[in-house]
Amino acid sequence: MTPRTGAKQAMSGNRTGMQTSPELAEELIEGASSAIPSSDGGAEEIAESRGEYIAEGFPIGSMPMLPASEEGEADEDEVGMAVFLDKLSERLAFERTGVRLYEALLNKCQTLGESAPGPTLEDIEHIGGEELEHFLMLNRVITEFGGDPTVQSPCADVAGVTSLGIMQVLTDPRSSLPQCLQAMLMAELTDNDGWQLLIKLADNLGYDEMKAEFETALANEEEHLVNVRNWLSECVLDSAQL
Amino acid sequence: MTLDIFKEKGTPLDKQLFTWRDMVQAPTSKLDDDAFTRVRIILMNGLEADRIRTSHAMARMMNGEMRLPLAKVRRAEQHQQTMVNWLLPADLSPLETTIAFEQVAIEVTASVALREPDEYMAQVYRFGLLEDFDHLYRFSALMDRVMGADANNIIQNYTDIMPGRPTMVEHRAPEDDLREHYTSATADPLTKLHAATITASENQTHDYYMTIGPMFADPIARQLYAEIASIEEQHVTQYESMMDPNESPLEKWLLHEAMEVYNYLGCMTYETNPRVKDIWTRMVDYELGHLHMVMELFKDMEDRDPAEILPQTLPEPIDYQSHRQFVRETLNAEVDLRASGTQFTHKEDEPERSPLSIAYREQLNSEGSPSEIVAAGYTWTPGTELTEEKSAFARGASA
Repeated sequence: MTPRTGAKQAMSGNRTGMQTSPELAEELIEGASSAIPSSDGGAEEIAESRGEYIAEGFPIGSMPMLPASEEGEADEDEVGMAVFLDKLSERLAFERTGVRLYEALLNKCQTLGESAPGPTLEDIEHIGGEELEHFLMLNRVITEFGGDPTVQSPCADVAGVTSLGIMQVLTDPRSSLPQCLQAMLMAELTDNDGWQLLIKLADNLGYDEMKAEFETALANEEEHLVNVRNWLSECVLDSAQL
Repeated sequence: MTLDIFKEKGTPLDKQLFTWRDMVQAPTSKLDDDAFTRVRIILMNGLEADRIRTSHAMARMMNGEMRLPLAKVRRAEQHQQTMVNWLLPADLSPLETTIAFEQVAIEVTASVALREPDEYMAQVYRFGLLEDFDHLYRFSALMDRVMGADANNIIQNYTDIMPGRPTMVEHRAPEDDLREHYTSATADPLTKLHAATITASENQTHDYYMTIGPMFADPIARQLYAEIASIEEQHVTQYESMMDPNESPLEKWLLHEAMEVYNYLGCMTYETNPRVKDIWTRMVDYELGHLHMVMELFKDMEDRDPAEILPQTLPEPIDYQSHRQFVRETLNAEVDLRASGTQFTHKEDEPERSPLSIAYREQLNSEGSPSEIVAAGYTWTPGTELTEEKSAFARGASA
């Protein structure tokens, strides 16, 4: 047998909506609306069930055990330090992923070719370089504190779960530049607030030197955010020929 | 179909070559491809997975002269399965894939039930169909209420979303999940092809739910996958029990290869995506190659003629279209059927005729039923039930 090509029916655009096939849609609605649910109630039943599990109180995980204090109990400083290390670990994880996100964006732009509007390859290399610097700085800071930069803290884990979709968009060969920029905007918005929170924590814990380093990182991130936001806006308006 | 499976030799096994780049092609589009393209991809992935699964089982039980031919064909099937399954795109979430799996179970089983020449077997397919039909409704409720998405984006209007035989009453004791089997010597070849197809498809569904169930964060999603995976286990038990136990392992292998040719040919016939159609065409040739290799083994090792069990030409393929009317008629007539041993009975007679299933079900559901919780009062509505303001945030909802 020889391969045969040529479809009976050519691809006809997006098929996900009801209007793709109005007659079938009408039948579907008629059937669903005439059926009787097998039990009464509503979505609140799900919430009730979820509530039972919430009440059990299992956490996602914990921080590694801190070295015990002389008194044998964690003092206030140690509690503050545990929270700080958790958030440092989160930022480190985010910056590390950020480097990979910008590598993927660079790859996309290199393949598609630079085009105005949108970032130049140099723009992306610049941001990616700063994300790498932030990662290395956090790596150093955590080590100086006696922490373990290879630990995946609870907040780092949750940050990873939260940004799973961003990486899926960036590494999908089919995603467009504006779609990638939309995903990167989510990352940069989160990153900006993340650094602001770290600065507050460092300030309250009295780590002035570190606070200054974080403020420099935040200044970089603010620039990233403005740039990504503008590129996205320009790309979308351009694609709408506005 | 007019393909003569004895004359068409297909691609010899040593010419069935892949590269990683060839195996991993651009996927189909979740948004633009027809839902039945996705149905075919999922079905064929299931059939390949089943061939690999059963081939390993054979190898473990008969690790002698059969092991090399089994290993050779299995390697090709592994790469075929990869090529087929990797046609699913990354933006198709596990729950969206689940919706598509249930559409496969409904539309493919409906076609099989309609074509099945043996009335008892057809009844078994209709029985299972109404259970998978209910699963689509439960997963659709989960998708709307927990994920905030619409199952119809996946099923594209082809399949109804409403209750079938309620999942909570599908739980049965093993004694009520086994069925009568066909007799190889007298059964219509189509009966054998159907049993092999649906068993493989359901086994894939079971394995998929067991893999992805723990990936969900929401506890009711985790419970729902646990519950429906258990029914899929029952379905595999049911469908595999329809096959003749007196068929030799090699005979079963031969039938499986014929079943794969039959189904790839059906996919090729119906396919609307030209790129996917080319893959189906290539797979028909590969499966013909496997079939002829196994025919030779069958002749050499069992001294039997493959024509004893294979038809000269293949029957009409599975019909890839909406079976809404047939499913509704079946629902109206048979939703209240329950299993009793290998037979079926009305639900009113179940306590007397199937006491083991009643006890089993009551114990399993004694701390609540996930499928009832997730779909409590749920009516599928275009887009979402939120258009009917069914939400904790609707005005007056918290009053």
